[in-house]
Amino acid sequence: MSFWKRFARNRGAVLGLVLLLAVIVIALIAPMLYPRGPWPMVQRPFLAPYTVDGLPLGTDTLGRNVAAGLVYGAQVSLLVGLISTVMALLIGVPLGAAAGFYGGWLDEGAMRFTEFFQTIPNFALAIVLVAILEPSLTSITLSIAIVSWPPVARLVRAEVMSVSKREYVDAARLAGLSNLRILVGQVLPNTVSPIIVMASLMVATAILLESSLSFLGLGDPNIMSWGYQIGAARTVIRSAWWLSFFPGLAIVLTVLALNLIGEGLNDALNPHLSRKGRT
Amino acid sequence: MNIAGAVLGRLIKAVLTLLAIAVLNFFLIHAAPGDPAAVLAGEAGAADEQMIADLRAQFGLDQPFYIQLWTYVRNVLTLDLGYSFRQGAPVLELILDRLPATLILTMSAFGISLTCGIMLGVAASARVGKLADSLLTGFALIFYATPLYWAALMAVLVFSVQLGWLPGFGYETVGADYSGFQRVGDILAHLVLPALTLGLFFMAVYMRMTRASMLEVAQQDFVKTARAKGLSPAVIRRRHILRNALLPVVTLAGLQAGQLIGGAVLTETVFAWPGIGRLMFESLAARDYNTILGVFLVSAAMVILFNIVTDIVYRLIDPRIRHSA
Repeated sequence: MSFWKRFARNRGAVLGLVLLLAVIVIALIAPMLYPRGPWPMVQRPFLAPYTVDGLPLGTDTLGRNVAAGLVYGAQVSLLVGLISTVMALLIGVPLGAAAGFYGGWLDEGAMRFTEFFQTIPNFALAIVLVAILEPSLTSITLSIAIVSWPPVARLVRAEVMSVSKREYVDAARLAGLSNLRILVGQVLPNTVSPIIVMASLMVATAILLESSLSFLGLGDPNIMSWGYQIGAARTVIRSAWWLSFFPGLAIVLTVLALNLIGEGLNDALNPHLSRKGRT
Repeated sequence: MNIAGAVLGRLIKAVLTLLAIAVLNFFLIHAAPGDPAAVLAGEAGAADEQMIADLRAQFGLDQPFYIQLWTYVRNVLTLDLGYSFRQGAPVLELILDRLPATLILTMSAFGISLTCGIMLGVAASARVGKLADSLLTGFALIFYATPLYWAALMAVLVFSVQLGWLPGFGYETVGADYSGFQRVGDILAHLVLPALTLGLFFMAVYMRMTRASMLEVAQQDFVKTARAKGLSPAVIRRRHILRNALLPVVTLAGLQAGQLIGGAVLTETVFAWPGIGRLMFESLAARDYNTILGVFLVSAAMVILFNIVTDIVYRLIDPRIRHSA
């Protein structure tokens, strides 16, 4: 069965894909929808949804358009989620691969290092890093990457260890290939599927982390994000529910979409594994 | 004896980890933009010259780098976490003052999420493929995608603002001056929403793990044997599958507890719960780095302690580990 057929058999995953595509499109056309950006004051503050034409989600505490904030927030969430995941992969994959392939003291050292980062409560570490490096898009992305790589390293290490024992790796060794070429050319390509599945779930977690940091006031001050919108509306929850409700809903839908896609990818890429969990 | 040895090993590792975190904190102070002394004073630029000079001497900031490092680590080891100039008190005192509230909150959330998560996971696995299973897994997926702080805000909106069932703010009723059981009841009422919303995400995690683990164990040979013996499905589920399926869940739950403490920062912020998470949030706005790093160290220590406890419990309940270790 082809990859797409297996993926499409999981109806949740298809729903997730549609949702995610919608969020991506909204993020891309944000400047066309609201050319003035999310910051200008457009009406009087605390306008409830659907009371004034053109402001379907109302205005916030400073009279800014909540809907405009939402579409621009989609850009930040997707961008931070994607880039921090790529960065976490860039740390975790080489470390895990080297540890699993070469073994010995390298493995021992790499695993102690990974364990150390797994012991530290990772949201607390992210807070500390962003607070110390000063909140900015770069520091947020970097901090999320720093707290997200350990599971990647462990996964890649385990996969590389198991793949390295296969016969074709012995064959490659007999053929005289260097260690590095075997690792990069023969072993790593066979560990890609579980990494892809994990990466899709990591983007979801990264979006949650970013929104949580922004909620605490650790967002980039020049960028509108969903977490910031909720954080700014926290103290007025009693009088203006819509200010925190809609951005939160956007986060739930986006993260849910990515999780569903992750499950679908798992079904499509590791068919023998997925069956175990759902008999 | 085995357990004592294992615990000793874990303790040594714990001390080394805390040392490493102290070193990390030291480098973070130096990574912050600006003069480290000003960073420690918590008000870059605004502190007076004399105080900065005193701090510089106290932390040996005019000394070579390795001596600075040693001074810092030694201070941490003697439980001197520095002084919060913002709050006008030693950081350790501030943290110890707030720690009980956080312990109550995280422990309740952990208990609720583990108990409910396991029960729902077992229920879902018993009805695999049926409507109830789909509904439960669906809810778990949604909770799993819900930001903690948003769940907390929505819970305040519904149960506190709209329905008025539960208090949505603080640790106890201010000025009520309750005592004895009345006070305990008051605190419990204040605890319900924070503990539930903090536990919700983890409940989803534990439910998914329990369900998967139950289904996996159900495929093993000894379950077939039990079925062949003619035992009822309920007995097999309770005595054969559940007992084996729980072990990995409990271990992973212990490891997840660290995330619970991170989540407490968010929950405590929403509910104005006077714990160390709220302390961290207040220190963020005030740029009180000493306190932020102190809370960070203490929360890591809590995670390590909790992992050791889980490890001991795990060894006590699973004889296989006790004998093979």
